[in-house]
Amino acid sequence: MSVLPAAPPVASAEPGLLRTAATAVSRIGTMCLVELQKLRHDRTELITRAVQPALWLVVFGNVFTQLHAIPTGDVPYLDFLAPGILAQSALFIAIFYGIQIIWERDAGVLAKLLVTPTPRVALVAAKAFAAGIRAIAQAVIVLLLALLLGVGLSANPLHWLGVVVAMLLGAAFFCCLSIAIAGLVLSRDRLMGIGQAITMPLFFASSALYPVALMPGWLQVINHVNPLSYEVDALRGLLIGTPANLWLDFAVLVGSAALMITGASALLPRLVRG
Amino acid sequence: MSAAVRCVGLRQAFGATVAVDGLDLEVAEGEVFGLLGPNGAGKTTTIRLITTLLPAPPGAITVLGLDVARRRMAVRRVLGYLPQQLSADATLTGRENVALFARLYDVPRRERAAQVQSVLAAVDLADVADRLAKTYSGGMVRRLELAQALVSAPRVLILDEPTVGLDPVARDGVWDRIHEIRRATGMTMTVLVTTHAMQEADAHCDRIALMHRGRIRALGTPADLKGAIGPDATLDDVFRRHTGDTLAQKGDMRDVRAARRTAGRLG
Repeated sequence: MSVLPAAPPVASAEPGLLRTAATAVSRIGTMCLVELQKLRHDRTELITRAVQPALWLVVFGNVFTQLHAIPTGDVPYLDFLAPGILAQSALFIAIFYGIQIIWERDAGVLAKLLVTPTPRVALVAAKAFAAGIRAIAQAVIVLLLALLLGVGLSANPLHWLGVVVAMLLGAAFFCCLSIAIAGLVLSRDRLMGIGQAITMPLFFASSALYPVALMPGWLQVINHVNPLSYEVDALRGLLIGTPANLWLDFAVLVGSAALMITGASALLPRLVRG
Repeated sequence: MSAAVRCVGLRQAFGATVAVDGLDLEVAEGEVFGLLGPNGAGKTTTIRLITTLLPAPPGAITVLGLDVARRRMAVRRVLGYLPQQLSADATLTGRENVALFARLYDVPRRERAAQVQSVLAAVDLADVADRLAKTYSGGMVRRLELAQALVSAPRVLILDEPTVGLDPVARDGVWDRIHEIRRATGMTMTVLVTTHAMQEADAHCDRIALMHRGRIRALGTPADLKGAIGPDATLDDVFRRHTGDTLAQKGDMRDVRAARRTAGRLG
């Protein structure tokens, strides 16, 4: 029988804002590490999840490049499409996290996490950025494929850093969107229905597949309130050098991620109250 | 000495359903306290209130003198919690599962590896710590979860149906570890356990509270409770006396689903 560590003393005060922020940073690190450990143990998921974006690039991208059906100016359509598919694969990964959190609720994992000294907002932020880590692991495969297909990508390391940040923020938003919906609908079946009902419209109502100028007026309005469009705009600007409003893109991504983390952490406790 | 857990007039309703109805409860520091009752008696709701999963009214619950409503973070730091379901992450190794909780409880980096190793050894999993948890048997998963709950050296360990779905050998294995760990803490760690298993409660709890329809109906040592019924009475008799024939009628689909899910994962 080994000797167990001594019990900690009872804390003297509830943590303030600064302490909560420090805890959030620590928890984000912890959850990202767990995500990497899971990826290390099961690499097949990275491959199976790469099938869909690969089809979009190889089949859809190549066919529409040949057809010249979508005017993208001097930029080959495949180059135009690659950042869109990158954002789409991150969206699909992140939307899955709401279903995962309901599974965690059913398996008692969520209750166990919520009983640790982790403020709700720190736990949700940690989940959000863990989704981002998975999205980035996925992005590496999509980008390698894009390079193989001859897409001309930027060689500037600063641009790549920007890509990582944009993808983390985009994944954080959509992960928290699905956690927030999970907190509202409370059941996996309903969430799966809603997830399917919103992911494709989010994708089609963004500039991932075609330039904004080609969209009808009403779709342009939706496009302007869709964070995916800002993510695509940033990725496109950074990766293939198209004109992009990077300051606006990052401002929207930071703002929407912060807003959705706050919303999801307010709704999260509903999942364990029933 | 302050009580490890104290509930005073605790009440919790979900719509028109009153789950906990004026509960008064005092668990002394260092004891193993069993909360017994049929499905729907309010045990799990009480545990959820004590563990901060449900918001408690101010002054209704204290843990080691800390008001659960006002000192949530401080309360969480002194609690270890094992939910009813098998909740270890099957896609991580045993060691990674425990290390995750060491991080979530802010165990300092320089002590973390040693502390994780120490609790894994305490639950007899040191040899298999680097295997994925999905290769563990049901009893091993339960002991792994015990290690997760213990890595922060909690002063109050809360176990919700810790042996549900386990075979008798695995069940004894879990209880043996709990008692060894209590001895290692100099019997200072308090254990609050909910269970349906009367024999287990009889064998392992210092005191028992029998809960029914949101209230405590009987309270005392297993010997006292049995003695009050008759010379050859068992805890089953005590249970029947205080809850009547409600066993088959109470509980809902969710209880059944949760138990089946756990049993299913145990294989």
